[in-house]
Amino acid sequence: MIRSFVAAIAGALFLAVAAHKSEAQGPETGALQTILQENADLVANASRQTVQEVLDVLVASDLPEVPDFLATWNTRELYQRQSDGLFVYVEDPDADPLTLLDISTGEVVGTATSREVDQLRPNRGVQGVIAATLVQFRLTSDDPEDRLAALASIESDPEESHLALLRDLVETEEDGRVRRRAEALLPALVIAFADADEPRVEAIRSLAGNVSLSARATLNPLLSTQVRISEALPEGENIARELRPGTDALSREDAYAMLVEDGLATPLIPRRTRADTLAANIVDGAAGGVPVETLNTEEARDRAYATLVEAGQADPAPTEAEIDAALDAHVFYEVYREDSAAVTDAARATLDGIETRVAFYRFLDLSLDGLSLASIYFLAAIGLAITFGVMGVINMAHGEFIMLGAYTGYVVQSVVANETLSIAIAIPLAFAVTFAAGVAMERLVIRWLYHRPLETLLATFGISIALQQIIRLIFGALTQPLSPPDWLAGSVSLNDVVSISSIRIAIFLLGAVFFVLLWLILNRTRLGLEVRAVTQNPKMAASMGINPDRINMLTFGLGSGIAGIAGVAIGLFAQVVPDLGQNYIVQSFMTVVVGGVGNIFGTLVGAFMIGSLQKAIEFMNPSNTLAAQTYMILFVILFIQFRPRGIIALRGRAAGD
Amino acid sequence: MGETIFTRNRSVPIFIGALALLAIGVTILSEAYGTGALSVSFTKVLGMTLCLCLAALAMDLVWGYCGILSLGHFAFFGLGGYVIGMWLMTARTEAVIRANLEGRPLPPTEVEVSEATALQIFSVVGAEDWPWMWAASDNLALSLVLILLVPGALALVFGWLAFRSRVTGVYLSILTQAMTLALSLYLFQNDTGLRGNNGLSGLQNIPGAEGIGQDRISIWFFWASALALGLAYLGAAWLVSGKFGNIVRGVRDDELRVRFLGYPVEVYKLVIFTLSAMICGVAGALYYPQAGIINPDEIAPIASIYLAVWVAIGGRGRLYGAVLGAALVSLLSTYFTSGRAPDVELGFYRIEWVDWWPVLLGLGFVLVTLFAPKGLAGLVDFVVRKDRT
Repeated sequence: MIRSFVAAIAGALFLAVAAHKSEAQGPETGALQTILQENADLVANASRQTVQEVLDVLVASDLPEVPDFLATWNTRELYQRQSDGLFVYVEDPDADPLTLLDISTGEVVGTATSREVDQLRPNRGVQGVIAATLVQFRLTSDDPEDRLAALASIESDPEESHLALLRDLVETEEDGRVRRRAEALLPALVIAFADADEPRVEAIRSLAGNVSLSARATLNPLLSTQVRISEALPEGENIARELRPGTDALSREDAYAMLVEDGLATPLIPRRTRADTLAANIVDGAAGGVPVETLNTEEARDRAYATLVEAGQADPAPTEAEIDAALDAHVFYEVYREDSAAVTDAARATLDGIETRVAFYRFLDLSLDGLSLASIYFLAAIGLAITFGVMGVINMAHGEFIMLGAYTGYVVQSVVANETLSIAIAIPLAFAVTFAAGVAMERLVIRWLYHRPLETLLATFGISIALQQIIRLIFGALTQPLSPPDWLAGSVSLNDVVSISSIRIAIFLLGAVFFVLLWLILNRTRLGLEVRAVTQNPKMAASMGINPDRINMLTFGLGSGIAGIAGVAIGLFAQVVPDLGQNYIVQSFMTVVVGGVGNIFGTLVGAFMIGSLQKAIEFMNPSNTLAAQTYMILFVILFIQFRPRGIIALRGRAAGD
Repeated sequence: MGETIFTRNRSVPIFIGALALLAIGVTILSEAYGTGALSVSFTKVLGMTLCLCLAALAMDLVWGYCGILSLGHFAFFGLGGYVIGMWLMTARTEAVIRANLEGRPLPPTEVEVSEATALQIFSVVGAEDWPWMWAASDNLALSLVLILLVPGALALVFGWLAFRSRVTGVYLSILTQAMTLALSLYLFQNDTGLRGNNGLSGLQNIPGAEGIGQDRISIWFFWASALALGLAYLGAAWLVSGKFGNIVRGVRDDELRVRFLGYPVEVYKLVIFTLSAMICGVAGALYYPQAGIINPDEIAPIASIYLAVWVAIGGRGRLYGAVLGAALVSLLSTYFTSGRAPDVELGFYRIEWVDWWPVLLGLGFVLVTLFAPKGLAGLVDFVVRKDRT
């Protein structure tokens, strides 16, 4: 305190002199400026060794503007006026003339051209020292947010000096959030920077069962290895394992190439080198005594090269026996980059435990993925489960009804800007639009073709390509936006392994609601009863006073309307394009067929099976969705061989034939 | 004596005659051997149309005569194309590589040529080794046999599985559609050895015919396509007019009754399905050298649906109907989508055929299905007395 008081007085005296020299300099210079002027040379020509001195003074001053000043200095945005040595900020470094700002108050203190000021450019070393001081400053700040920010910067760029700071913080911190954060961060720093093995091992053990990415990122580097070669296994090195050439871990070729690289063996002669050598040694139309025209087989080239080697004109290639001998004479082993065996052993054990847990969570995540894919398939197929499954109509335009639903959503959203409201309007509207389209199609086309199912397929295919093209003519072929409301945009995550996007949860719920609703309609209402009656035996149903025409029309409309709603949901995560439906039509038919025609429960099971199967295959062969789909379809084809009527087959009269 | 295929099925002499007339006419008008009224590209279009007609003929065999609506026939078509494409591409690339290596002081070894060729072909998908399915690609005779065997084998395995477990009707259609989808997805992958979505390209360059212009090559392929179509028509007509044809038609009309009469229905279905797939393979092998490029998109399910639609529009179960339907619809599609058709000015709206053709085509399917279940060939019945089966 006394020191800063003295410094302030000294600074004031200095400035009085400076003010005397320059009329432009106002008398009300801040305390920070005073300190800086006192150490002007150390600031302007800072070096790694000397800068700590001025930083200590600044820290000791306890001035509130010091952190901002340090940050500005560190990012090379501090300037010094040449005329009087005043340290200033500038408003806009690209402007000319520059507007100079006071470093304490931010008030304008004048203008200058870029030649009249010096920009201070601390070098990397100095920047490092400043940054460390800045972290220290922030960690001791009164505002918990500042301390959290400081911890975040430590996490992204840890340094040895942070370890002590962090330890102090954990001891003294009172704010729970900050302390938890600091405690979570501490092991990584201890592991990286502590001197003794014991605290490091302890820190490693404290990470046991922690599946977060950062824990794994802390442990993995400890186990990184490099391959070395020697005559015999050395003592006193932290060896991970010995590698035998010719195994999966180290192929014979790679092992020999390493020997060659280290100068421990003679290089192999690649085919290319052999050809070049032969070409360089052509004498009188022959290389190595073999006429050039006949050098078009491997065998002839070997012979010619051997002759050259005998004549001393080429390097000999090592024989297989020599290669084996060279490999046998050396030991290949992986050595940890980390020297301490205690640390690597602890890291290995802890990481193994973590991996087991991660595998479990992966499985959970995969199950959620499969469930969500299944609900998408279910949603796409459920309309078809009614039109195809219950009524037996092959509606190739089903995908286009999904597409119409998605476009209805897009149109509503372009009128109503609020996403939540627009989706709420779009769902019933999409149902209405596709219900109407379905009824119109049933009345105009399908009802004439009930006895010719294969031809329904062709007619509805015609409608499908016509609908697609009409939409393309109206809206263009480009992707149209249909965005989910904000509350559906994020994702829910349990930890760094398991997470699922909110929209998928919503789709899952929507699928569940649909299933229950449809089941109720088909099994608990008069309409459902009539639908089932007409499906089983139209003539008998008609004689009971049911109008089969009306029922067929309504059923088809219902199936189509549901496809429309599914379209809104699918449009929220897929691209809304005219051929959107094409991506779902084949899968939808397979879902219905696999599940078993004639009941929506079968469709549910079918969707679940196809979805989880596809995800399972993807898990075994990651990053290849195409392959997963291929094998999934092959599986479905085979599955149909063994259960031609699907998983849940109707029996007796309900089966319909 | 006296009863030949020409007298038993009267469409045969007419069809063969018309095809011969067409071939002669095109030759007279061609650039290479005639007046030059037909451009090379149009000759290719005609040749490719004949290949599509051949595929439609194969489709009619299974659908029109046996009642199996296959929505995966383009898988066989595409496989034929891929088999010949592998040979074309290998032979052509090898010739180019050999020419490039000409200047080297040493004559190239087989291994060098093979490695350089593989690198040239597969570097586009980041590979440099020959995949196993290219093993026969350096052998023309073997490739020609495989054009029949590969689609045939797929049809045999698939058909055996499906017919054995008595998957019929709509379910079979969906299954065949799944088959072609699976195949196209498989081929779309870069690491399955057929260059992923790049497909095989440069197939119009016939190895060994470097000095011969496309004008002559196009007419040769046209002849080959016409010959294949004529022979296939003859063979198909012979097949369906005998006892085999009667049983197959019986399967179409009432499978159960034929089974109860003691015929092995599965065997008949399998034979006709496999045969049809082989014909499709030949059609594809003739089509893609004229098209110049094949990629997995060609095998997408929609192509096979179009094939079925052509047959339906032309008229099923009479062979010439399928051929007419395929020729008519594919030529009209080419005409309208190539921008050659004049736009119609309505004053308030301008109908551009490129845009409106798919709509018209789609509605056309609906109208034909509703009002002309026998297809366009049904018109023939009005002209000819109904004294044939």
